[in-house]
Amino acid sequence: MSTIVLLVITGFGLGAMYFLIASGLSLIYGLMGVLNFAHGAFLTVGAYGTWYTETKLGGIPVAPRFVLAALVGLAVGTLVAALVELVLIRPLYGRHIEQVLVTVGLALCVTALASAIWTSDAQFVSLPRWTSETTGVVGASIPNDRWLEIGVAALVLLALEAFLRRTRYGLIVRAGVENRSMVTALGIDVRRAFTLVFAIGGLAAALAGVLAALYFGTVDPQRGTSLLIFAFIVVVIGGLGSIGGTAIAAVVVALVQQFANYYASSGIGDLSVVLLLAIVLLIRPSGLTPAAAT
Amino acid sequence: MSKRVLVPLAVIVVLALVPKLAIDIPVLFKSSLDSPGTLQLLALMLTFAGLAFTYDLLFGYTGLLSFGHALYFAVGVYVAGIAMTRWHWSFWPSVVFTAAVGIVLALLLGAVSLRVGGIAFAMVTLAFAQAGSVLAFKNPYRWTGGEDGFGVDYTKVPSGLVGILNTKNLYWLALAYAVGVFLVGRWAINSSPGRVWQAIRENELRVEVLGVRPFQFKLMAFVLASFLATVGGIVYLVLLSGASPGVTTPNFTLTLLVMVVIGGAGSTWGALVGGVVYTYLDHRLDDVAGSHAVASLPSVLRTPLQEPLFLLGLIFILVVYFAPGGLARLGRIRRRPAALEEAL
Amino acid sequence: MALLEVRDLHVRLGGSHVLQGVSFDVPEGAVTALLGRNGVGKTTTLRALLGLVPSEGLVTFDGEEIAGEPTHRIVRRGIGYVPEDREVFSMLTVSENLELARRNGNGRFAYVYELFPELQERGAQRAGTLSGGQQQMLAIARALLNENRILLVDEPTKGLAPMLVTEVAHALERVCEESTVLLVEQNLAVVRRVAEHAVVLDTGRVVHAGPARELLDNRARVHSLLGVA
Repeated sequence: MSTIVLLVITGFGLGAMYFLIASGLSLIYGLMGVLNFAHGAFLTVGAYGTWYTETKLGGIPVAPRFVLAALVGLAVGTLVAALVELVLIRPLYGRHIEQVLVTVGLALCVTALASAIWTSDAQFVSLPRWTSETTGVVGASIPNDRWLEIGVAALVLLALEAFLRRTRYGLIVRAGVENRSMVTALGIDVRRAFTLVFAIGGLAAALAGVLAALYFGTVDPQRGTSLLIFAFIVVVIGGLGSIGGTAIAAVVVALVQQFANYYASSGIGDLSVVLLLAIVLLIRPSGLTPAAAT
Repeated sequence: MSKRVLVPLAVIVVLALVPKLAIDIPVLFKSSLDSPGTLQLLALMLTFAGLAFTYDLLFGYTGLLSFGHALYFAVGVYVAGIAMTRWHWSFWPSVVFTAAVGIVLALLLGAVSLRVGGIAFAMVTLAFAQAGSVLAFKNPYRWTGGEDGFGVDYTKVPSGLVGILNTKNLYWLALAYAVGVFLVGRWAINSSPGRVWQAIRENELRVEVLGVRPFQFKLMAFVLASFLATVGGIVYLVLLSGASPGVTTPNFTLTLLVMVVIGGAGSTWGALVGGVVYTYLDHRLDDVAGSHAVASLPSVLRTPLQEPLFLLGLIFILVVYFAPGGLARLGRIRRRPAALEEAL
Repeated sequence: MALLEVRDLHVRLGGSHVLQGVSFDVPEGAVTALLGRNGVGKTTTLRALLGLVPSEGLVTFDGEEIAGEPTHRIVRRGIGYVPEDREVFSMLTVSENLELARRNGNGRFAYVYELFPELQERGAQRAGTLSGGQQQMLAIARALLNENRILLVDEPTKGLAPMLVTEVAHALERVCEESTVLLVEQNLAVVRRVAEHAVVLDTGRVVHAGPARELLDNRARVHSLLGVA
């Protein structure tokens, strides 16, 4: 029983990260039609930004140091994402394949750059001690970082929903996901919404990078790419452009992965997720939720 | 004979004669053309030229953006290698078996993946390839050798393809592969299914409206491209005398994409050129990166330059921006940079 | 000088030359009907004017050249658009649909709700759950929310039951009294009621332009140009 509880909560923790990455991907693709391969790069920027700042901030106790460093990592990630959209993506407006290719090139560059500067080995992050302690739940010892990940993701989910439902830009995004050209025919300059969505995606991805640093205790150049693949699977299963569907899919994928990895053997979890994807596609090519028009 | 046949024929003849040419090309190659070192590199370039062409069949001609093409190449490498080295089969049965596995797998996975289009298709192919990669790293039954891969049992490989002195035979094998893929590919493209592929790339809806069911044709293209990639995997296995998991990663498919785009997607020989150029740069950049000239640069410039993938990513971005038609279409002057879709 | 002047408009889509040099004027303060058989390029013309499809040629609005400008900027010059198939945002509520259309200031909600009281009642309803007729009202209301110089209206009665056609036609009549309109419409009875001018397209070119009444009274001409009795 306690194993199951541990697996479930760890699954939610992992799902939290998948959700953060996938939600940005889903919005970006839903609104802009851009498959953003550089999303993993935003994660890497957020993670390394945090780690690097932490190593430079000496003399403060670990907890505030980590929080401060995380804020820096988030700021850098968001900024980089906005810049990428303005400089690389916007000039290619309407040329979807080139936009995808450019993000591919960028992903290669950023991962290579991180490897070059800080080597391809994982770097250890100093974490607040509380996060490595455990809390007992129904007899299971849950590492505390899981609570943080779940809490943060839940907050982001609420914030995203609030943004989409209660702000004008959120309205523009929701409409644009459904029918971008009609939005422009209403006199709205969607390109600003594009930059905003990219920035939000970058923020969420950088946040995922910070949480990943918490979860794994390290930062490394490959993590962005490996998590990105799962995020893509989550996006396809959850239905492009749907935040709620993404959240559900993220949890399902993470749980399948956790349970399969534990009860079968390491690696089987990843295979099971791919199998899950295949099954979902065979039954329902549009994913879990009725997605807006692709 | 028309120029269209003469020129490629001349190129093939010249290429076939390379192992007989004791010529030194300084800067470009470290040793003379007929030396095993250079021949090995050239063979690699030719193998990738062929492999890039198989990817172009999917992406450039049929418009299917797959992120999992590496899987079928890896099947060629690993299944043939495992059959010979772990199961102790002899060469030709291994080859036939590998080809069969490649076709069946492509049929199955293609049928599932092609249920969706566009981006979802790309994601699904990525996922399947990732599954293959996981398997390779997991080393089930100790067959794949996990992270380290394994060396092929050379007693199973035909003796003419083993040993440094036979590098020229490996070169000719790679050349035969590249030429073979090119001929089969061109024949397929110019056939009536091939024309349907190109019509699908242009406007799938219109194809459907005409009463043609795109699915069968896409599957055909998928299986053909994947099968040719599997054959390439067998060639690669023999060329490198072993298998390693780097060929199973999504990154590997991405490098194929880079090759095709740099060379010029959907053009006659663009993918071949892209494969050749990329492989060459990939190998030589390592030397450049470690060279004296780069080492003396200030560290801000030196660090990224020493990472070949960074340079390649950068080149890729530049090509997409300024020459989206790739090297094959550099000659065309346009008033505004053409979209890749137009260039296709 | 007409409010909207189109000169030598060419549009190429997916390999076919859909518009092959279309030229016509839309005078201010009147309704101009754009007529023609199915598939002749009427919707494409409207979309080209809005910049939704790439085109070549000269388009002036109020004396200024607008061809080549991005859509949102063209629209902000004061153009309201009611597309074929309505294109309301089905996942948004009725009031969200209207809110989105609001450009500057307050938007003429009172005017719109007076024309279409049902929309006010159904404010919180998802637009996708509205009937065809209600969606059409919403699409028209959207275009009326701002004070526009001209309205581009594409087949507003298409696919509607006869009773709804009448309702929409009524609303259209009121709108047309007050605005400059370029109206694409297959229903000639509606055209007869509201249009002063008529421009007829055939195979990508303008083949007739003149007073609407004159054209519609000429049965033979109507039959040969539009293929209807």
